[in-house]
Amino acid sequence: MTEVMIEARHLTKRYGDVKALDDVSFEVKKGEVLGFLGPNGAGKTTTMKILTCFIAPTQGTAKVNGVDIFEDSLAVRSAIGYLPESTPLYTEMMVTEYLDFVARMRGFRGEDARKRIAKVVDQTALGAVFGKEIRALSKGYRQRVGIAQALIHEPPLLILDEPLSGLDPNQAAEVRQLITHLGKERTVILSTHNLAEVQTTCSRVLIIANGKLVADDTPEELRDRAGKPRVIATFVAEGAELEKVRKVLAGIPGVAEVKRIDGGGTEAEYALTARGSDDLRPMVFRAAAKNELNLVGLEQRGENLEDVFRDLTMADAPETAKKTTSDEKKSSEPEKQKTSDAAPAKDTTSDTEDEKPADADKSDDESAA
Amino acid sequence: MSNTSTIAGRQFRSYFNGAAAYIVISIVMLALGILFWKTFFLYGKSTTREMFRWLSLILVFAAPAISMGLLAEEKRTGTIELLITMPVKDSEVILGKYIGVMGLYVVLLLLTLPYPFSVSSLGHLDWGTVISGYVGLFLWGGAMLAIGLMASSFTDNQLVAFFIGLAINFSLWLIGPMLQLLPAEFASIFQWLSFDFHFERMQRGVIAVRDVIYFLSIVAIGLSVAFRSLESRRWS
Repeated sequence: MTEVMIEARHLTKRYGDVKALDDVSFEVKKGEVLGFLGPNGAGKTTTMKILTCFIAPTQGTAKVNGVDIFEDSLAVRSAIGYLPESTPLYTEMMVTEYLDFVARMRGFRGEDARKRIAKVVDQTALGAVFGKEIRALSKGYRQRVGIAQALIHEPPLLILDEPLSGLDPNQAAEVRQLITHLGKERTVILSTHNLAEVQTTCSRVLIIANGKLVADDTPEELRDRAGKPRVIATFVAEGAELEKVRKVLAGIPGVAEVKRIDGGGTEAEYALTARGSDDLRPMVFRAAAKNELNLVGLEQRGENLEDVFRDLTMADAPETAKKTTSDEKKSSEPEKQKTSDAAPAKDTTSDTEDEKPADADKSDDESAA
Repeated sequence: MSNTSTIAGRQFRSYFNGAAAYIVISIVMLALGILFWKTFFLYGKSTTREMFRWLSLILVFAAPAISMGLLAEEKRTGTIELLITMPVKDSEVILGKYIGVMGLYVVLLLLTLPYPFSVSSLGHLDWGTVISGYVGLFLWGGAMLAIGLMASSFTDNQLVAFFIGLAINFSLWLIGPMLQLLPAEFASIFQWLSFDFHFERMQRGVIAVRDVIYFLSIVAIGLSVAFRSLESRRWS
């Protein structure tokens, strides 16, 4: 047996003129919990569909558990437990009927099937809803049924497409815990666009954007890319006072840069990055008190992975694969920049999240200490 | 083979887990009841010929209705992805689905059995024609359901699948009544294509090999096109 669970070589998938995947190669070792990260339409799901033999790549190939997807797709599928995006289940069936069906499809009968069903029901804590129809279940329970069906044949590889999307925080926490637990015994690939998720659950992260692999890191490496933690300080200030706030913040020793990040109103939010490793919060508090500024909020925000994500996934988008939405975004950004440049004295704030980088950049130029 | 029967079993049960089977069965039985008994006593003959005639026409509509969801619904909800990523061959999926819907069809046919029995209680009934009529109806229905499954493989919209199936079934049915209007030189070809032409003999009590082959070839064509269509997802 090899130590490599997945070996993807030059995977390319074209849908007509659109390249959904463009020459993606990666390896996953046994026992890894791999996070597949990327914006919607980046190619995460396409990659998973190729690995599970639902679709075939236009070029390239992959080996799962040492078996080529083109040579013996049945063996590949036997080695995989798969949960597709949005958990498609036969909702008219009861949980017990459904798991029974899956067990039969996986080739288990009688006592063996019963034992396996009992085991996955135990693993995924489905006992309470065992006799209920799937359509009557909450999203969290459905997700667990989806995971249970993927576990029945105790596959060495689990592929979960957005297992946590659409769940409320409690359900998400439960499912995350389950995945972490499952990841101890087997290889897991999960896709998500939640960055915090990746950090807590995964041992490695692949970031994919516009069909291309843009990063292959451990969460720690990713965190390093993200840079130091930031302090977010919120002030109640208007007009001329804003300038004062900025000056005071920029004047605090140890502050490397000040960025205005909020969306307007009477509250102004600033993100501060430290030069060293000091906690800036006490200094911000004292500076605000000394200068009689209305400091109403102060918090240290974790590594700003969102920025790294944005940088990686929006930077060098190939022209061919670009969607209209990203086109619009691209064209609106320089425009925003222009207006910001034209009126540097004003504190322009943006309404939508997408436009923030342009604004932040502007404030950055203006006020870097 | 065991995958095929598992899929067939699930498909068959799913009809009865929801309202679909009951609705279709009720409508078919109601329509048949009205159409059959309305004229039965006017003719004053103890024959089930009219029953087979009406039932075959009703099935032109009912067959697409029970087969439209076979693949289209699985594609719409995405369950097809879970099904196909299990270690199962595409051919097993198609065959399983087909056997599942044929199961419902057989139930429907069994529910019409009271007709010949009540007719025979009213007068002498030639049971030979009843048996050959059922064989014909089974084959005809099988052909229409294969067409329905094929239609269902083309789309993820059940309604579209229904109308594709209906259009094909209706055309093949319509050739019979329209035969006189068609050009004479092609008449024999059209006649051979027509459902009615092959069913006609069976209604009269004759089970000819060529008629059986006709229906079975339609089944084979329908299923293999559905298979190709399902397989094409990998390359599209």
